[in-house]
Amino acid sequence: MKKAFVVVMIALLLLPALFAGGKAEADAAKTVRVFGAFVDEEARRFEEAIKPFEERTGIKVIYEGSKDFETLIEVRVSGGNAPDIAGLPQPGLMNTFAKQGVLVPVWSKLEGLLNSNYAPVWKDLGSYGGTTYGVFHRVNAKSFVWYPKKAWDKAGYKVPTTWDELMRLQDQMVRDGVRPWAIGIEAGGATGWVGTDWVEDIMLRTAGPDVYDKWVSNELPFDAPEVKKAFDILEGIWLNDSYVYGGKNTILTSSFGDSVSPLFDNPPKAMMHRQGNFITGFFPDDIQANLEEEVGVFALPAIDPAFGIPVLGGGDQFVVFNDRPEVREFMEYLATWESGELWAKAGGALFPYLNQDLNAYPNAIERSLAEALVNAKVFRFDASDLMPAEVGAGTFWTGIVDWVNGRSTNQVLADIQKSWPR
Amino acid sequence: MKKVDESGSNSLISTSAVAFGRVAISILIPLIAFVVLWGGFIFLRDSNASQGVIAVVAIIWGVGGIALLFWVADYIVNKAPLNVAQKLQPFVFVGPALVILTWYLFLPTMRSLYLSFFDASSKNFVGLANYIYAFTDSKMLEAFGNNLLWIVLGTGGSVGFGLIIALLADRSNFEKVFKSIIFTPMAISFVGAGVIWRFIYAYKPMGEDQVGLLNAIVTFFGAEPKAWFTLQPWNNIFLVIILIWLQTGYAMVIISAALKGVPSAIIEAGRIDGASEFRVIRSIIIPYIFSTIVTVSTTIIILSLKIFDIVFTMTNGNYGTEVIASMQYKQMFRFYNYGRGSAIAIVLVIAVIPVMWYNLHQFRKREVF
Repeated sequence: MKKAFVVVMIALLLLPALFAGGKAEADAAKTVRVFGAFVDEEARRFEEAIKPFEERTGIKVIYEGSKDFETLIEVRVSGGNAPDIAGLPQPGLMNTFAKQGVLVPVWSKLEGLLNSNYAPVWKDLGSYGGTTYGVFHRVNAKSFVWYPKKAWDKAGYKVPTTWDELMRLQDQMVRDGVRPWAIGIEAGGATGWVGTDWVEDIMLRTAGPDVYDKWVSNELPFDAPEVKKAFDILEGIWLNDSYVYGGKNTILTSSFGDSVSPLFDNPPKAMMHRQGNFITGFFPDDIQANLEEEVGVFALPAIDPAFGIPVLGGGDQFVVFNDRPEVREFMEYLATWESGELWAKAGGALFPYLNQDLNAYPNAIERSLAEALVNAKVFRFDASDLMPAEVGAGTFWTGIVDWVNGRSTNQVLADIQKSWPR
Repeated sequence: MKKVDESGSNSLISTSAVAFGRVAISILIPLIAFVVLWGGFIFLRDSNASQGVIAVVAIIWGVGGIALLFWVADYIVNKAPLNVAQKLQPFVFVGPALVILTWYLFLPTMRSLYLSFFDASSKNFVGLANYIYAFTDSKMLEAFGNNLLWIVLGTGGSVGFGLIIALLADRSNFEKVFKSIIFTPMAISFVGAGVIWRFIYAYKPMGEDQVGLLNAIVTFFGAEPKAWFTLQPWNNIFLVIILIWLQTGYAMVIISAALKGVPSAIIEAGRIDGASEFRVIRSIIIPYIFSTIVTVSTTIIILSLKIFDIVFTMTNGNYGTEVIASMQYKQMFRFYNYGRGSAIAIVLVIAVIPVMWYNLHQFRKREVF
């Protein structure tokens, strides 16, 4: 009995060898392994979007997504187990890998595609030290204000085209007995990021993209007057209890996904919500079903007209670790609108391609977002994603929390500046 | 004579053959075991098989591998002469535990100690800079202060309530029911408790339905709802209450068991001498179970020092609720500053060691070991 058990056990242990033998066979077909940060439904839509490529070329693309992407990719790269292609959500990560020399720079054909299909800003974001590594695919844009269309039209509000109009509209809403804004910054470990987005949007509109870039690299210190000015403008809206539904306590405790819900109460408790294109996924189901009828959206207006209406956003850039012909072919595919078209049709994603067909987007809202993104004269990456993690995912977030909870602007800015790693 | 000789040499040949075979087998078996385990490892590392297959293989490889290792080790030891075998036998049993402790506890601690003298990317030696940070940074000082509060209030609360409830339950007819109710939260994980208490402390603006229990009560009496987590410094106490809720049951059960051991003769003697109930508790019962109270306290002190989950799920260290462990997590996994993260971890280990030593010392006195 005992011997039989041992024999069975050894047999079971040897079993894997059979599968191990099958491995070489799988490698024979041309396979491209892609590792990224998006999972579940988004991963499914990505796989759907690249099917035409697989059918056309016979190359198999295996996508693997993980919520712990940022930790895992570093482990895998340093462990010599890098994927062929990785979708990096943060340019800082690309810089790190580029510095280590583990990335394959873009080749001339891909560079040609980048030049013809994208606005220059995307190539810059994918470059480090004058060499381009990254190709952007799906991106998001955040400088949008959402409103409940029916109630809005009923009240006779007009979409503001300038900052002054927006300010006047706020006061009119207060006179009409409704709060202008619904805001919430709670997001578990990432609490505060909604606030950093607002600050960044205001920085882009008051100080302009050049100052913004200096701010990101800390050439412009965090406690500089330009940053203080952005916080002052934010204070005028956020810390005025008559402008924000629920006041500062609701800003602090309401999670960013729930915070939009006062817009869809009947009658609405708040009229406006500034958030990226992805917020539609957090709308109540009945609103999502009739998105075009229920919801309106406009770009956050310019403050200084010299900078136009800048767009703040982010996106995953794909970089190459293993240079093989089929990997190159797939990267070239990702640089074309064709790779995004099916996903755009499915909804929930924006693409930066200059030659994209806006009609592919499933509704007027996403169409107008894509249009604003493609036409924006100034596009900037989310500053908190570009700053060192100690600040961008640390003191900038917590600084916003402390600031809303009563700490003075000067103290908060000094705290953040002090935390900047040297 | 000749016949005997023949059979003698025959048996000599056969014994040496058998001995040779035995040696060969005792080499071959570990070799096979090694090959099998290594093959499993390689498969798990490189395989393209479906996740289900990998999971099944991992389970078989892990559990079966341990059994195989034990069986092989036991087999080899039994081949040795009896007196050697007897000396080696204990190591077959305790060996795996020692190896695992070394590999998963001792070596990582040493590595953390090593890394704590290096910079964020673990490349450049920075001396004591990370420790200077750990003891001077304003957030770290806040964390030390809060941990102290956790230790004092968390331990005091849990042990105090545990003692009172144990004493009261001891005098009640429904002892089992009361104790079961108080003990139930022990079955809930810290993160689970966090989720439950989020609902208790939840905040909605005035005029909306209060989903939070506490605010529902507050608004029922006509007051404004409060955002409890943002009220510094009281929010720390709101968090400590969760620990007390979780740990009172543990303190109660242990203390209650000790109470049963207090000889009724002494208590009755006290009563006959005219001592009040309070006096009996203060002068007889508590001194009698004092070592138990100390043991329970030290256990909960260690828990309070390492407290992380509650803070992480409730406030994430915002609003002045940072604790040492949450600072370590942030430095390590949010900012990728391995130097600072390791230094904080070492500080935490050093803070826990004296309490741990005292705790084990107490256990030993009570002959648990």
